[in-house]
Amino acid sequence: MTASDGLQFDRLDLGQGDFSLTADFTMSPGGLVALIGPSGAGKSTLLSAIAGFLEPRRGLIRWHGQDITRLAPAQRPVSILFQDNNLFPHLPVWKNLGLALDPRLKLSEADRSRIDEILDRLGLAGMGDRQPGALSGGQASRAALGRVLLADRPLVLLDEPFSALGPGLRQDMLHLAARMMEEAGRTAILVTHDPDDARLVAQRTMLVMDGIVHPPIGTDALFADPPDGLRQYLGHSGDMSRR
Amino acid sequence: MAHGSEPITRGLPLWPGRIAAGLVLLLTLGTLLAVGLRAGSAGRFGVADWAAIRFTLVQAVLSSVLSVAAAIPVARALARRSFPGRRFLIAVMGAPFILPVVVAILGLLAVFGRGGVINDALIWAGLPAISIYGLHGVVLAHVFFNLPLAVRLILQGWATIPAERFRVAASLDMSVWRFLEWPMLRATVPGILLAIFLICLTSFAVALTLGGGPRATTVELAIYQAIRFEFDLGRAALLAGVQFTICAVAAAAAWWIAVPSALGGGLDRVVQRWDTGGSTRFSDACAIGMAALFLLVPLTLVLSRGVTEIAALPNSVWLAAGRSVGVAIFSALLCVVAALALAMLRGSAVAGLAGTLPLAASGLVIGTGLFVVVHPVMDPARLALPVTALVNAALALPFAYRALSPAVEQVEASHGRLADTLGVCGMARVRLVLLPRIRAPLGFSLGLAAALSMGDLGVIALFAGDAEETLPLAMYRLMGAYRMDTAAGAGVLLVLLSFGLFWLFDRGGRHDRV
Repeated sequence: MTASDGLQFDRLDLGQGDFSLTADFTMSPGGLVALIGPSGAGKSTLLSAIAGFLEPRRGLIRWHGQDITRLAPAQRPVSILFQDNNLFPHLPVWKNLGLALDPRLKLSEADRSRIDEILDRLGLAGMGDRQPGALSGGQASRAALGRVLLADRPLVLLDEPFSALGPGLRQDMLHLAARMMEEAGRTAILVTHDPDDARLVAQRTMLVMDGIVHPPIGTDALFADPPDGLRQYLGHSGDMSRR
Repeated sequence: MAHGSEPITRGLPLWPGRIAAGLVLLLTLGTLLAVGLRAGSAGRFGVADWAAIRFTLVQAVLSSVLSVAAAIPVARALARRSFPGRRFLIAVMGAPFILPVVVAILGLLAVFGRGGVINDALIWAGLPAISIYGLHGVVLAHVFFNLPLAVRLILQGWATIPAERFRVAASLDMSVWRFLEWPMLRATVPGILLAIFLICLTSFAVALTLGGGPRATTVELAIYQAIRFEFDLGRAALLAGVQFTICAVAAAAAWWIAVPSALGGGLDRVVQRWDTGGSTRFSDACAIGMAALFLLVPLTLVLSRGVTEIAALPNSVWLAAGRSVGVAIFSALLCVVAALALAMLRGSAVAGLAGTLPLAASGLVIGTGLFVVVHPVMDPARLALPVTALVNAALALPFAYRALSPAVEQVEASHGRLADTLGVCGMARVRLVLLPRIRAPLGFSLGLAAALSMGDLGVIALFAGDAEETLPLAMYRLMGAYRMDTAAGAGVLLVLLSFGLFWLFDRGGRHDRV
């Protein structure tokens, strides 16, 4: 692994007006990295910039040394799961997944069998012809995950994607997502405001606070000795297991 | 939270909107240029021209003021009374928007015209008969059309007053009129007045049927007469310039004063109030009863008279109906494709301009421009139907644009980013994401445009010979020949087709495939 491997923020400034958000480090690839911080700190802003929805005020974003700062969202090595609207409600599940293979939906037989295979792996066998509205919340989340797995893109952004699910189901989904990403050799960034989520599935965690994105450090180490700002955010007791 | 995101790419194609905007500007401003060049060779204003300008303004002022003045008590009564048939009455008040003008005129003639119900009664009582033709007839027809519109718009104003305010007013014994209703009216009425004034400036069909003569000719009617009867294209062009100026001034004023949207919902609610006892009950009943009579009696008379005539309609009327349906469907498609293309420009200034300009344009002015351009090359009558479809599409464009633009924004807001990351862009975006998500407003716009075109009696009167007659024109000519029963039959057919087309398209958009 060379120094340029991974996701590099090169003196990145995502500010707008008075709001300022800077990042200047390289995140080495592999595994699931949590991105935590208070609401409004800029977690989603950073994700938007990586995904290509927001042009930085200054600085560059590189992936494995390639400058992706000005690329259109679809040209980036990036897949994203949003908080909601991850599936087009008017398209059946298999077409939603098929969009990851061809955005014009001209799909071959081979494409269809790849889609069926992924659905099988996610426990959605036989549900390809359903409309998203006919799926449960957990099934819809898994279908969206399937779309991400089908797309041939090494970096996956998870923008609180399971926050609409109940706590138990959400943890199950996080585990599933982390395992799938691991197996597929993807690098994933999980935005969450819940430190428990980070501790559950993320080996490393990045903290966004006071306008600065901090480089990732081991999740356990971070919570064992949280910096002042994080300690305040988590609550003054210092007991992080029950908030 | 993205802090005011700046998109790097635009997912929806922009070229259709640019073409559409170019065409609209060409049709509205380009025809004006043609008119201007032609008018250069015309003489100066004559007495008749000044009279036409004065009449146009006077009738529009009277019509808008009377419509709104009559609408306020009706809207107030509807806002605070719940009674069986209330929903029906409010729905009926939305209908005149797509009701063909000629049909309504025929209805008014059946009540107020020579041989109408009122004159029959006057003659029976030994009193002199009244005439519906002239200023009061034009104003009467305009009030007939715009009273319901004004009622709905003002009713929307009432619906925006929160129910809690009425409770507070009741508990403090405040004057509801002074503290709640008057401020609401002061905020909404100027915009409504202006909207109706603008409509009355460009309602050619009313002036054609009920106006005429030196004392009751609008500018649009004068344009029509200059082309059809005097064949004085220079004078027509000069008048078209005048008409455009008047409309442009009024539209510019409307730009400053917020003109309300006629297409809003949420009129079902009756707020509980504590100031509605005693004599208000009687006055409210009167207001609602009079309005209902005024609107329903003329239509009922035409429809009941015409229903029995349908079977006996001459062949020429059926042919005209066929032409009208063709024109309406073609016009609706044209209109909605252009409106959607403009909406995909996502609120750019050019889209806003092209989506608004036709409101200020008069069909007669566009028609005059096209006539001036076409006439040296070929017989304008041969282009009557395509030109009618084109002009109708342009005139309906602002309504379709206003229905589609928010829908496109909403789809982009909820699905645009997903489509962006997947690379669903260009026409694939339109086909796979946009169209399936906006079926309802698409169907509504198609229906509205088709119904408006179906009932239009404007530019067609300028261009058509006998072989290009549409159904409204055929009906107008039957009325001119005093074949009122046959005209009523054609009227029933026209109403059925107009509302049928609207219903069909609107329904088609709402129907779910799942």
